[in-house]
Amino acid sequence: MTCTEFLAQLDEMLDQDAAIPLRADLQEHLKNCEHCEITLNTTRKTIQIYRSHEIYELPDDLRERLHKAILAKCRKC
Amino acid sequence: MAAFEKLVRQYDRQVFRIANHIVQNREDAEDVVQDAFLKAYEKLDQFQGNSKFYTWLVRIAVNESLMRLRKRRTGKMVSIDEDVATDEGSMPRDLADWSPDPEALYGQSEMADILRRTIQGLPPGFRVVFVLRDVEGLSTEETAETLGLSIPAVKSRLLRARLQLRERLSRYFKRRNGQAQGGVK
Ligand SMILES: [Zn+2]
Repeated sequence: MTCTEFLAQLDEMLDQDAAIPLRADLQEHLKNCEHCEITLNTTRKTIQIYRSHEIYELPDDLRERLHKAILAKCRKC
Repeated sequence: MAAFEKLVRQYDRQVFRIANHIVQNREDAEDVVQDAFLKAYEKLDQFQGNSKFYTWLVRIAVNESLMRLRKRRTGKMVSIDEDVATDEGSMPRDLADWSPDPEALYGQSEMADILRRTIQGLPPGFRVVFVLRDVEGLSTEETAETLGLSIPAVKSRLLRARLQLRERLSRYFKRRNGQAQGGVK
């Protein structure tokens, strides 16, 4: 298995339930290829960091302002 | 109206987040939130109860966001189909492991800043797939339906979006690590 073939399966590896063991051929490649191991781990970490940080926070005052504006417009229509 | 107000409270943060990811501009994102909820309210009777309200609302918000983006970049076509020919990041280059854990190296606001700048560099068609799938947690099928894309198209964009973000973050983290270890540039 080449690195390109391995990476084509990355999606499934990342989405897969951690409890389910990896397909044998993927495991085999991972054991012998540090590059793909690092790619898998750091890509997983990338997703986790994006998920755990709110980068576009909605502040309370803006939130209230938007609610008022939305409801006022809805009442008119 | 009270029921609708409840829906606004329930989903406003997500709509604001998705809009920001696409338009990359706070004022436009505020407008998208207002317009998306207003449109949802007007069309509430067209909403088919068999699909989830949330994914229906997301579809409206994504369309509003793309429209804003187009307006801002007049003359430049923006669609979720553009900019996908790029091969950047299809093969990872920066292959140092992330150690120590980058989350230990940066404060919350500094990290948020890095994440914002990093995702801003991605084409809109990649950003939107990444935010729906990986940040909002929609399924591949829901993402495809929301964006009017095929499932293979969603998968291929998601892969490239993830790899590009990984690559860009890697460069950031390496820089910081180099500084931490004695100012190596
Ligand atoms: Zn490999």
